[in-house]
Amino acid sequence: MTCIAKFNLFLLPAVSAEEISPERQSDLLHLLRHDCGACHGMTLKGGLGPPLLPESLAKYPKAFLRQTILLGRPGTAMPPWQAFLTQAEAEWLLEQLLKGIDDNAP
Amino acid sequence: MHLSWLTLLFLVPTLCVGMPSTTLCVDDVRGTGDLGVVVERATGSVLIVETTTHTRLAKIQGLGDLSHASVVFSRDQRYAYIFGRDGGLTKLDMLRCEIVKRVMQAGNSVGGAISQDGRLVAVSNYTPGGVKVFDAATLELLADIPTQGSKVVGLVDAPGQRFVFSLFDAGEIWVADMHSPRSPKIIKFKEIGKQPYDALISPDGRYYIAGLFGEDGLARLDLWNGEVQRILPNYGKGDIKKPVYKMPHLEGWAMAGDYTFVPAIGQYAVLVVDGQRIPVHGQPVFVIARPDGRHVWVNFAFPHNDTVQVIDVMAMEIIKTLKPGKAVLHMEFTPRGEEVWVSVRDDDQIKVYDTETFAEVATLPADKPSGIFFTARAHKIGL
Ligand code: HEC
Repeated sequence: MTCIAKFNLFLLPAVSAEEISPERQSDLLHLLRHDCGACHGMTLKGGLGPPLLPESLAKYPKAFLRQTILLGRPGTAMPPWQAFLTQAEAEWLLEQLLKGIDDNAP
Repeated sequence: MHLSWLTLLFLVPTLCVGMPSTTLCVDDVRGTGDLGVVVERATGSVLIVETTTHTRLAKIQGLGDLSHASVVFSRDQRYAYIFGRDGGLTKLDMLRCEIVKRVMQAGNSVGGAISQDGRLVAVSNYTPGGVKVFDAATLELLADIPTQGSKVVGLVDAPGQRFVFSLFDAGEIWVADMHSPRSPKIIKFKEIGKQPYDALISPDGRYYIAGLFGEDGLARLDLWNGEVQRILPNYGKGDIKKPVYKMPHLEGWAMAGDYTFVPAIGQYAVLVVDGQRIPVHGQPVFVIARPDGRHVWVNFAFPHNDTVQVIDVMAMEIIKTLKPGKAVLHMEFTPRGEEVWVSVRDDDQIKVYDTETFAEVATLPADKPSGIFFTARAHKIGL
């Protein structure tokens, strides 16, 4: 996609997902389904925003997607989430997205 | 508290869900003007509710992905047409509590409308874009209006047996004359503004207003003379845009007295079409006038979605701030506005407020409730 070129890919430091507590993980999944889901669809198959399914995200570099989540994409409807998500949390969410989220999970 | 004996009594009728039955599910003989449908977004179910008694009459399951689902009613107010996110269109018989028909019409839909004569139901789609028109009686597909991949938003009915809708990506408004349902006549209005995200139509069916996401302002199409005008251009001039965590909705016509109220985009403000702006608690999502027009109720996007504010139209200021609970998604007034039902998604509740005293008068359990739709909508243009 052309917009990759528009971003200065300053690489955010690598982070591990281990520090995220189970409660926070379930909050994050709730956020993903319902609040990200407001634009990407509750099952993440797309809406106003594109689908966030493993097959649709696989083509992008991970750092670019993490940056999309944290900083948003100016000029589009994708807002920045850095006020609500740490880098580790964004990384963890991204891993879940790349693995695929079970539609039937609560 | 409100799990009264009435509710318990109605647990029995809910058993008829899914079973073809000829007995009336909700009661022996009754009207439907006091009914409504509440969407339970996570479980693919809807509740049929009665507004006067604050009761749940039945729960209907098996409706697919209902995030962002909306509902219109047949004009006899017996059938509800439910538009699901997964492209499912469901016709529900509210008296028999059963699904009459369900079709999967597209990959990803976002809203629908019923025609002036009640014979056609139209559905707007994100993927693959376009509008599909169905026979309201049989849900047979009659017409397919492609939009070259542009997402369709703000679909409403208009007088003259027309449907009007906006193209998010292309920045256009299309008017479809449906007098011959199988061959719609389309008039296109181009370059109406960047990224129309939703739209509404005035109660008389004359003005169609599309909110713009890609620039400040709204586009107003006068359906009497076909003129498009920009309203409130540059309303945010000089202000830094705040991120929008949920797209606002334009629904109904928040017209109160001589004023029209709309959500600003990227600003914590409600705009009045004469140019005034009222600062509010967050990014507004729904801005809805009480039916008598004296007050305007507003809810907000994440992370301010635990709050509802009430604007007094005479004073043009906020007179009440309510905290209904976590994730307030929608508000629906009773037909004459003495009460309002508020869906609180993360608390799994519907709260009912007295709109004069702001007292909470009832609470109903509901599974991740989102949209609330009362059958009084059946007789209103654009709803
Ligand atoms: C207000 C609407 C909105 C919300 C809420 C939203 N997004 Fe987005 N998102 C978008 C849009 C629109 C795009 C496409 C941007 C573009 O055109 O490049 C996007 C793009 C993305 C992408 C890149 C996908 C691609 O194919 O380019 C990712 C990843 C993403 N969003 C994740 C999230 C996550 C995670 C959340 C919740 C924390 C979220 N989004 C919430 C609107 C939204």
